[in-house]
Amino acid sequence: MRSLRAGQLTYVVLGLFTAGSLFPLVWTAIAASRTNTRLAQTPPPFWFGGNLGRNLQIAWTDANMGTALLNTVIVAGTVTVGTVLFSTLAGFAFAKLRFRGRRMLMAMVVGTMLIPPQLSVVPLYMLIAKLSWTDRLQAVVLPSLVCAFGVFFMRQYLVHALPTELVEAARTDGASSLRVMWHVVFPAARPAMAVLGMLTFVMSWNDFFWPIVALTQNGSPTVQVALTGLGRGYIPDQSVIMAGALLGTLPLLVVFIVFGRQIVGGIMQGAVKG
Amino acid sequence: MTDETAVLSPSAAAPERAAAEGGGRGRPGQVWRSRRYRWDLRWSPYAFVAPFFLFFAAFGLFPLLYTGWAALHQVELTDPDSMTWVGLRNFTRLWDDEFFWNALRNTVTIGLLSTVPQLAIALGVAHLLNYRLRGSAFFRVAVLTPYATSVAAATLVFVLLFGRDYGMINWVLSAVGFGAVDWQNGTFASQLAVSTIVIWRWTGYNALIYLAAMQAVPGELYESAALDGASRWQQFLHVTVPSLRPTILFTCVVSTIGATQLFGEPLLFNGGAGATGGSDHQFQTLGLYLYEQGWVNLHLGRASAIAWAMFLILLLIAGAARLLRGRGNSR
Repeated sequence: MRSLRAGQLTYVVLGLFTAGSLFPLVWTAIAASRTNTRLAQTPPPFWFGGNLGRNLQIAWTDANMGTALLNTVIVAGTVTVGTVLFSTLAGFAFAKLRFRGRRMLMAMVVGTMLIPPQLSVVPLYMLIAKLSWTDRLQAVVLPSLVCAFGVFFMRQYLVHALPTELVEAARTDGASSLRVMWHVVFPAARPAMAVLGMLTFVMSWNDFFWPIVALTQNGSPTVQVALTGLGRGYIPDQSVIMAGALLGTLPLLVVFIVFGRQIVGGIMQGAVKG
Repeated sequence: MTDETAVLSPSAAAPERAAAEGGGRGRPGQVWRSRRYRWDLRWSPYAFVAPFFLFFAAFGLFPLLYTGWAALHQVELTDPDSMTWVGLRNFTRLWDDEFFWNALRNTVTIGLLSTVPQLAIALGVAHLLNYRLRGSAFFRVAVLTPYATSVAAATLVFVLLFGRDYGMINWVLSAVGFGAVDWQNGTFASQLAVSTIVIWRWTGYNALIYLAAMQAVPGELYESAALDGASRWQQFLHVTVPSLRPTILFTCVVSTIGATQLFGEPLLFNGGAGATGGSDHQFQTLGLYLYEQGWVNLHLGRASAIAWAMFLILLLIAGAARLLRGRGNSR
């Protein structure tokens, strides 16, 4: 690894890029704290105004943000738990167990990553319509409960992070597969499970295409679907829309501020091993 | 796949089995336990991978195959149970459909406008992040923050920023002496604006992927390049970029797949005016056209045909990428 010290120019360019990355988010908050009239004037506002509370309140009631946030937490939470659990089980089997057909099955897992989601959206819709699941949360939870990338990610991690001898030793002691899973695999996999969990949570929270197909705004929308409803008002109030956007983004930003380094580490790790 | 050490081969269970069959004869509890043990060894791998494949079969494979079937039928959203066989009519119709070709063209343009600058900037930013930096953790997290923003939230903000009369971007443009641009209605302008949203959200993510690959480049390569008198810029061009070739190809493929599926940005950039992708369909992508056909015009069969067309296009791209990689390896 090379470690040339950065010059001043590096800091300037990186500073500009960082500012560009953060500015739209900061400006969302600024716009959310103003009035619609103020946003329809030039120059646009560059600093916070006093209307944040009012706008948040209107967005909260108009777009039913409370329910939407709760729904999103339920959906993203369930999807995350399912994905992490099932990925760890399958990832362990592919990394450390020998069974007939494992190469072919693993190739299938990797192959499924290449299938675009649009390709199955029509029949999936027909399926959930048949089950009368439209507008119900299970319509967005169940199809996302497993994830090929997750299996791949856990396998790559466990191949190196879980000492083969440890599994072997537990086996010779007569431990059942479930005990091995609980006492050996889960503890060894915990760091990767945490990273996969955060990545899955972010992806599930932001998912848009399938939720907007499966959930209408009258039923039980997720935050992303509720946000699109805000813009469709007769006279759209931009400051209220921005307040809604802020509400939908804030929870993830908190996750990011707390776990940012781990998420960054996870993405970089996945990139090298992938 | 590396490191294929198989742990739980039957031999690992040998001592147990010997004990059970030798000294344990006549003790049914132990025989039973050993049988259960062997059964567990043999079938638990399948139990571990089963959830993935069960869910995938139900919500991935079945719909995938059924799309092909639905594409050969006339199906309406209002009554998805009644399907009328129409053969290839959905496809031939698509072939003569100017909106399909328009959407395809837009997808290619927006894809190029968003992918090329995105990856170029990401490469540059990764290069800077690879220096020894004060506060490098801060920069890495800050650069990734847009990734935490949803399509919906990001697009709504950019709609305001790109506003024709009071948007900040036009205000800056006129402040430095350019005229205001109609970002909604201009064809190229609107496609550029939609691409900007994609670039904003994904550049930092790609930069981190490049950074990871850069950190795996052996230092000796740079040392010998420096001995040969290569400047930093030459080192970047002749050491970093060639070493990153597989990663660059990987990100190209992933971004291309992402670009063909572009949906939320063009939907919401329209300001709630439906799925047409602008008053003149000027930024309607294939993904958005599929949605319009299926869930606005209620033609699920035609939507399936569009889905298959998208898949074929992706296969073509994947084939092209494979050809490119093959050439790269033989060098």
